[in-house]
Amino acid sequence: MLLPRNIASGLQSLFRRKQVDRELDDELATYLAMAVEEKINQGTSPEEARRAVRLEQGTVEVAKEEVAAAGWESFVETLCQDLRYAARTLRKTPVFTIVAILTLGLGIGANTAIFQLLDAVRLRSLPVQNPQQLAAVRIAGGNQGMGFNQDYGDLTRPLWQEIHDHQRAFSGMFAWSVSQRYTGRGSQMRHFNGLWVSGNFFQELGVRPFRGRLLAPKDEGPCPNSYGVASYSYWLRELGSRDPERGINLIVDNDPVQIVGVTPPEFFGMVVGDSFDIALPYCQPQAGLRRDIFEVSVMGRLKPGWTLDRASAELSALSPGIFEATVPPGRDTATTEMYKHFRLAAYPAWRGVSQLSASDYTSLWLLLGITGLVLMLACANLANLLLVRGRTREREIAVRQALGAARFRLIRQFLSEGVLLAAAGAVLGIALAVVLSRGLLLLFSTENNLPQFDLSLDWRVLSFVGSVAMLTCIVFAVAPALRSSRAHLSDALKSGSRGTTADHETFSLQRLIIVMQVAISVTLLAGALLFVRSFRNLVTLNPGMRERGITVAFLGYWQSNLPREGWAGFQRELLEEVQAVPGVQSAATTTRVPLDGGSWEHDIRVGSVEGTSKFTWVSPDYFATMSIPIVTGRGFTSDDKASSPRVAVVNQTFVHRFLPGIDPIGQTLLTIVEPDYPATRYQIVGVIFDTRYSSLREETPPMAFAPATQFPAQGPWSNVVIDSSLPPETVMATLKHSLGAKHPDVVMEFHDFQKQILDGLVMERVMATLSGFFGLLAAMLAAIGIYGVLSYIVVMRRNEIGIRMALGANRISVLSLVFRQTALLLAVGVAIGVVVALATAQGAASLLFGLRANDPVTFLGASALLIVAALLACYLPARRAMQVNPMVALRYE
Amino acid sequence: MPDTQGDLVQGTLNMLILKIVALEPIHGYGIAVRIEQMSQGVFKVNAGSLFVALQRLHRAGFIKSEWKASENNRRAKYYVLTEHGRKKLGSETREWEKQVAAIARILEA
Repeated sequence: MLLPRNIASGLQSLFRRKQVDRELDDELATYLAMAVEEKINQGTSPEEARRAVRLEQGTVEVAKEEVAAAGWESFVETLCQDLRYAARTLRKTPVFTIVAILTLGLGIGANTAIFQLLDAVRLRSLPVQNPQQLAAVRIAGGNQGMGFNQDYGDLTRPLWQEIHDHQRAFSGMFAWSVSQRYTGRGSQMRHFNGLWVSGNFFQELGVRPFRGRLLAPKDEGPCPNSYGVASYSYWLRELGSRDPERGINLIVDNDPVQIVGVTPPEFFGMVVGDSFDIALPYCQPQAGLRRDIFEVSVMGRLKPGWTLDRASAELSALSPGIFEATVPPGRDTATTEMYKHFRLAAYPAWRGVSQLSASDYTSLWLLLGITGLVLMLACANLANLLLVRGRTREREIAVRQALGAARFRLIRQFLSEGVLLAAAGAVLGIALAVVLSRGLLLLFSTENNLPQFDLSLDWRVLSFVGSVAMLTCIVFAVAPALRSSRAHLSDALKSGSRGTTADHETFSLQRLIIVMQVAISVTLLAGALLFVRSFRNLVTLNPGMRERGITVAFLGYWQSNLPREGWAGFQRELLEEVQAVPGVQSAATTTRVPLDGGSWEHDIRVGSVEGTSKFTWVSPDYFATMSIPIVTGRGFTSDDKASSPRVAVVNQTFVHRFLPGIDPIGQTLLTIVEPDYPATRYQIVGVIFDTRYSSLREETPPMAFAPATQFPAQGPWSNVVIDSSLPPETVMATLKHSLGAKHPDVVMEFHDFQKQILDGLVMERVMATLSGFFGLLAAMLAAIGIYGVLSYIVVMRRNEIGIRMALGANRISVLSLVFRQTALLLAVGVAIGVVVALATAQGAASLLFGLRANDPVTFLGASALLIVAALLACYLPARRAMQVNPMVALRYE
Repeated sequence: MPDTQGDLVQGTLNMLILKIVALEPIHGYGIAVRIEQMSQGVFKVNAGSLFVALQRLHRAGFIKSEWKASENNRRAKYYVLTEHGRKKLGSETREWEKQVAAIARILEA
């Protein structure tokens, strides 16, 4: 009740200082005047009276001070004074201040940004009800590459039906799958991220509609689908936020679909970082469900009391029956037996699934570790600089104490400096965190994929990291004040800012910090070099074929009314049209575009040797277009027709693996039967040089090529690789224009082959860029730390140096005196750093390419780089030591 | 009268001021004079401690103030007891009497 009045009055004196002052002035003046009057009335002379009153009462000023100091606002005032004073002192040493704030800001910002990213992709649970109950059902150990595998597809739809009907561990189960499809017709066709779901998907997840209604079990029916649900972002972006109640009608894959509802903004589907656009219910195809397409991901909510282990045991017991009932037809006995022995198990699914691989996570954790080290380094650096700064101010402290500054007041002043630094660093850190997270996303983005994460500022990390920084600042800022107030004033005043020799004891903490800084910097530099060199190895790797100037076109014609038999012919027609476009030097079709991460293989038998080989069906100009040289035999020609004998071209690895020491030309390979792919005997007519297949990192596998005309399973699509002297953008625009005009119902997508390869290296690029940046930053911080401490040591030892010079020491010996200081610290730091780096690099070995985790060149390089930086850092103080004038130095005493 | 100024028992200045203000609206100097007179010169208050105490009491809401002309036609700040201050004075006085009685009992034993 009275607190408000107190606060109001306090605030009044804070902000209306003058008025309050004047009032008090008036009041005190009246008071004194009355006292004087009284005295005069009692008979003293006015002169005497005034003197007596002043003696009795003290001056007006003292009384005013007393009154002002009594309120709480005086604390605020002195605090402001302290802060103003701190700001002034900091401004006097701008280099120190800027370095301190920048390093703190970077440390805080980088840590927060990386943690946010990691949290968004890895640590956060799905935005659905009770995500911790979710579990996924998968085949333990995977399906060994059987059948067709879609992204995130673990099981076939028949398997899903069986599991759904027989399981007892889950209170409810649902299934989903993703694939890219098209909306609209002809030139209006657009890509969308499709999410196919079982009818109960949204109910089981507990997702509520944002508009309209979501899908329900009744929506599952015979194909084609008639109802769909849009994601919030797609609805906003592509559907113009129209009300679904009034009917939003789309063409999806050639069939009309009505969008009946919109999911809430936070729901992105099940794949973290890759939001879905339209969700559609599973439908029953007329031909029945395929048993060899592994397309669905099956998840459920565990019943209360059921653990993952118990559910796995239950699923394992059910497995024989489930797999027996769903055997894919047309496989050889071994494959069928393997299938029947698969076992199901339950896995945690509360985070959904992610497009990032296990090694990507390792990279992210590593980055977090790196930024953590950088923060440590920043704090160590700051601690060191603050300690040095404190030492040079010992005299100032002593003088202030001698003049009557209370110890408490001194500590408060130093505290203010620490707080001010930390606060400025934190503010910069917040700003940087925001900028850096956006930057990180850009760094991760590729030509046609900008990852979508919720990267709102994470206050938990920010406050944690901020407090660490704040604590460092405060502890090391106050330390000098605490220490010096213990010291004897007279000593400090006498010796001033200079000692005769460096006192080893007092420097031990700084030395320790320098050793730590050097060690951390070497670790970070070594890591940076490893990643940068490994990225360089990948980028400069010769994949055995052309990368530059190749445009990849994907052409789909399922919307044209061509009969199945017409597809192969239409493909040839399209290819000829592409070849006729001006600027196109050569073009060829292929069933697989190399280095895009995909794979296509068949089991084969060569003589008595069994194994698997990659398979690609290409048109005659393929090898020429991709500049893949032929070692022996021939490539394909237009004479290799659908009706002519089956022929194949294989790579060198294929020959080493299946035909060691045998002339491959004329040998045959036999493919093992699969649905749509009858057992076929190919005669080998040529051998090509090895090229990389699905990614730059993977060793070349055995590869076989066959003529496009002999492809047994031609679909309504084809990939065309195009070699042109024109820039890819021009080629794409020309093709889109000329083909699009003639075939409006053909879906066309284009990529720059080289860009696509680089996009595949996005994680490597991120690691190289960031670790390189932090490595250099670390080296710089270490150099600054060394510079700071050495400069101080030189100042402290100026007398000693002067005496030595007066006694005949030459400049070189003075120089070596200073360098000796650094050499030992450096040696110990580098040694520790190398050991730590060697140990941690082992954990990152799987991320490296073309060099080993203990690569000696890298470690020598990192050490050398740091030593050079450190020596540069001690050059300036050393030069200052050399230039000490003995007479001047000695005269100081 | 001792040569040293009579030291007030810690915390009693507030009570004395409240008591004096309770008699009639009065300015700062008046309070100082009254304390000296009524204690027959035992207690003397200097301006510093008086005004610190007045500020505290004012902030705590025990007294109000207004500028008025004094008997000698000077402008002075007059202090008036509030209802809240009246209660405070009552409780302080009772507490004080209790303590004095207790001390007296001990000293007389």
